[in-house]
Amino acid sequence: MNLNLTLIGQAIAFAVFVWFCMKYVWPPVMQALQERQKKIADGLDAASRATRDLEVAQEKAEETLKESKEQAQQILEQANKRANQIVEEARDNARAEGERIIASARSEIDQEINRAKEELRAQVALLAVAGAERILESSIDESKHRELVDKLAAEL
Amino acid sequence: MAGNNPTSTEYIQHHLQNMTFGLHPEHGWSLAHSAAEAREMGFWAIHVDTMGWSIGLGVLFLYLFRLVAKRASTGVPTGLQNFVEMMVEFVDGSVRETFHGKSKLVAPLALTIFCWIFLMNLMDLVPVDFLPMLAQKVGAWFGADPAHVYFKVVPTTDVNATFGMSLSVFALIIFYSIRTKGLSGFLAELTLHPFNTPNKFAQILLIPVNLLLELVTLLAKPVSLALRLFGNLYAGELIFILIAMIGLWQLPLHFPWAVFHILIITLQAFIFMMLTIVYLSMATEEQH
Repeated sequence: MNLNLTLIGQAIAFAVFVWFCMKYVWPPVMQALQERQKKIADGLDAASRATRDLEVAQEKAEETLKESKEQAQQILEQANKRANQIVEEARDNARAEGERIIASARSEIDQEINRAKEELRAQVALLAVAGAERILESSIDESKHRELVDKLAAEL
Repeated sequence: MAGNNPTSTEYIQHHLQNMTFGLHPEHGWSLAHSAAEAREMGFWAIHVDTMGWSIGLGVLFLYLFRLVAKRASTGVPTGLQNFVEMMVEFVDGSVRETFHGKSKLVAPLALTIFCWIFLMNLMDLVPVDFLPMLAQKVGAWFGADPAHVYFKVVPTTDVNATFGMSLSVFALIIFYSIRTKGLSGFLAELTLHPFNTPNKFAQILLIPVNLLLELVTLLAKPVSLALRLFGNLYAGELIFILIAMIGLWQLPLHFPWAVFHILIITLQAFIFMMLTIVYLSMATEEQH
């Protein structure tokens, strides 16, 4: 219980320990703690930022999807319209072609008819002349009455 | 037990005597062979056991903490790092709550106080005869009389150790007071409180009264710090010694007292730390 030199020795030891703790123990541990705190805070920050980013991206994706759907609809409509148009055009063309073919056939028929008529006419004239010759025998001069018969044939 | 069946008084006295190395008026620099010889040495003596255990435990504390501090990582902490970080955060929290000034010293000081005192108090839980007996055997091996080999294991039951710390804290209190308030501010605090009057003449008359009161307050701080720790641990140690004397019955008694003592050990370390922080915080505050 007597005070002696130990007192001073203890005080010196205490001072040295405190100095060592202050210099070499406290700062690194404290720094590590603070750095970890910062790291965790940064991590939480990043997480919330990522969530926000995700929301924005989702919105954007939805918008893009809607737009592309609209575009697809438009393209489909256009294609349908164009197809109808093409069908319509083809139908028109076919109709015109048909009419043209009919017209040409008709004109050919007309020509045939006319040619047949001509032939018939010539033959009728010959027949008539032959008939008349037979009836009149030689009373009729062929060269003389030729004109008359031709006129008659033309009236057919 | 020491010697040839010593009486209870001798046994207790033997346990409460430090191993003292000092300048004896007759024998010169030597180890004291009895309590009386240790007393005769006066101030020029040193308690080898107190110094040895306290420095050893302090080095152990700093070694463990330095080990962690060196490879402190910001990743997931494991094992010892967890423990050290817990201690550091606990002390840092206490300092932040109480000490509002800015100081790089106070937090490490508090940590050192807490851990060091805790470790020194912890030596109280080692059975009281164990280490002294070992010391006696070692002493006998070196040719000394076992009855004269004194060995006190718990440094905080030595009033020198507790005063060594509390006087260092006291020096810090005065240093911080003067640094914050200036020498005149510090003196004014000692002389112009708690009785204060606008009348100049009456004020001069009150100065001695104030000085007396404030000096007692100031000096009570280190004395109470040191004696509180010393008293608690000394009493605890004494009860351990008394329990150790009653033979076989000490087993059921020793255990509950040791369990209860764990509380005292931690509590006293914590109180010393908190009061140091509080005193230093008061010293750095501008207004009283």
